[in-house]
Amino acid sequence: MAVREGLLVLLGEGPRHGYDLRNEFEARTGALWRLNSGQVYTTLERLERDGLAESSPDGDDASGRRRNYRLTAAGAEELRRWLGAHARDGELPRDDLVMKILLAASGDPRLAGEVISAHRHQLLERLQEVRREQRRVAGGMAARLVADVQIVRLEADLRWLDLCEQRLRDANRGGTDRPGRRES
Amino acid sequence: MSVLSLDRVSCRFYDGRRAVAALDDVSLAVRAGELVALMGPSGSGKSTLVHAAAGLVRPASGSVCLLGTAAPPGRAATRWWADRRRAQIGFVHQRLNLVPGLSARDNVALPLELDGWTTPDARRAAADALTRSGAQDLADLHGSHLSIGQQQRVAVARAIVGGRPLVLADEPTAALDTAAAEEIVELLANLAHEGQAVVLVTHDGRLASWADRVVLLRDGRIVDEVGAGLATVAADDPGVATPDRQLS
Ligand SMILES: Nc1ncnc2c1ncn2[C@@H]1O[C@H](COP(=O)(O)OP(=O)(O)OP(=O)(O)O)[C@@H](O)[C@H]1O
Ligand SMILES: [Mg+2]
Repeated sequence: MAVREGLLVLLGEGPRHGYDLRNEFEARTGALWRLNSGQVYTTLERLERDGLAESSPDGDDASGRRRNYRLTAAGAEELRRWLGAHARDGELPRDDLVMKILLAASGDPRLAGEVISAHRHQLLERLQEVRREQRRVAGGMAARLVADVQIVRLEADLRWLDLCEQRLRDANRGGTDRPGRRES
Repeated sequence: MSVLSLDRVSCRFYDGRRAVAALDDVSLAVRAGELVALMGPSGSGKSTLVHAAAGLVRPASGSVCLLGTAAPPGRAATRWWADRRRAQIGFVHQRLNLVPGLSARDNVALPLELDGWTTPDARRAAADALTRSGAQDLADLHGSHLSIGQQQRVAVARAIVGGRPLVLADEPTAALDTAAAEEIVELLANLAHEGQAVVLVTHDGRLASWADRVVLLRDGRIVDEVGAGLATVAADDPGVATPDRQLS
């Protein structure tokens, strides 16, 4: 997702000023994403250039510099398309945890077990931290949802560790071979 | 003082000829104001631990103390534990165990009535416990007419009713959806912060994260504990231990 789509969503709800868009964007994403005003205005210019938004001077503004932005019909269509399109972050994560476990799991089973236990401990600690934070800040909906997604994803990693452990156990019980070699 | 403490507890079961060490030299203390989560693979001894804490399983060695008093040895234990379970322990069984012919309200009021409460008082407390566990609309339904998830909520109400000092919950949310499970465990966390001692058995890291301490079991032994340092600070400092329950 880019700033462009975020602004489309907000403009889809009705006309707004540029500064308004920036504040709303941060509030709605639980401050996961901070914008500077330069980014907002460059993006608005591009939306206008592409015919997705249009603007007019704000009648109430004496300086005449403040502009009011609204979505065009093409913009509304682009917004609907984007909201329904496949989320792009579905690739297998080649992240640090996954690489560490994969490398450890194909080696000495004892070490693999220790590595899994260490990461389980850390994930549980992290889960407790996020939960404490969620309870501490009686924040708005966005803050709650941000904590929820962190918690659910950490839990997914934990479940994966449980699976890894179980598979390694089964493999070491069943055969003499190390699990990493079985599939080759 | 600890509400519950297990000191070097071992429990063995015999299946035919073989002895299974369901708990092997386990020590654990749970204080008032604490929520402790127990995690571990199936068969690692979680249920055995909470059963030992309620006197439903007697250790082969080691001792269990409630509110500073050790369970007596031998025959005296049966009576002693029955009294504790009535007056001091709320228990959510993994197999729920509601009385099928009684309404949800009467199921919840039952432990208090057995403990000598008057019927109106017990029913008032039951209504309150049902509300806290989100089961207020189920009060008049019979145990046998409830879905598993609904039974689970009523079983939680029965465990928390009357505010007994120790609540033991063995997978109390296994049949609930994500949001409902969150609600129930948040309730248990709130009870702990109001001063009860709570032990929660769960397979979900997400739910265990509500706990002040997460204790990991494997093959009947405690192999790790997460969050102990912070729990000590929170429990000793009344400023931190006061409920912060704005997220409801
Ligand atoms: N009454 C019993 N008789 C014989 N063996 C038992 C008995 N209760 C438990 N066990 C054994 O003791 C071990 C620990 O069982 P326990 O029920 O405490 O596991 P658990 O961690 O609660 O598992 P789960 O996550 O499946 O509920 C297992 O090997 C189990 O088979
Ligand atoms: Mg169990």
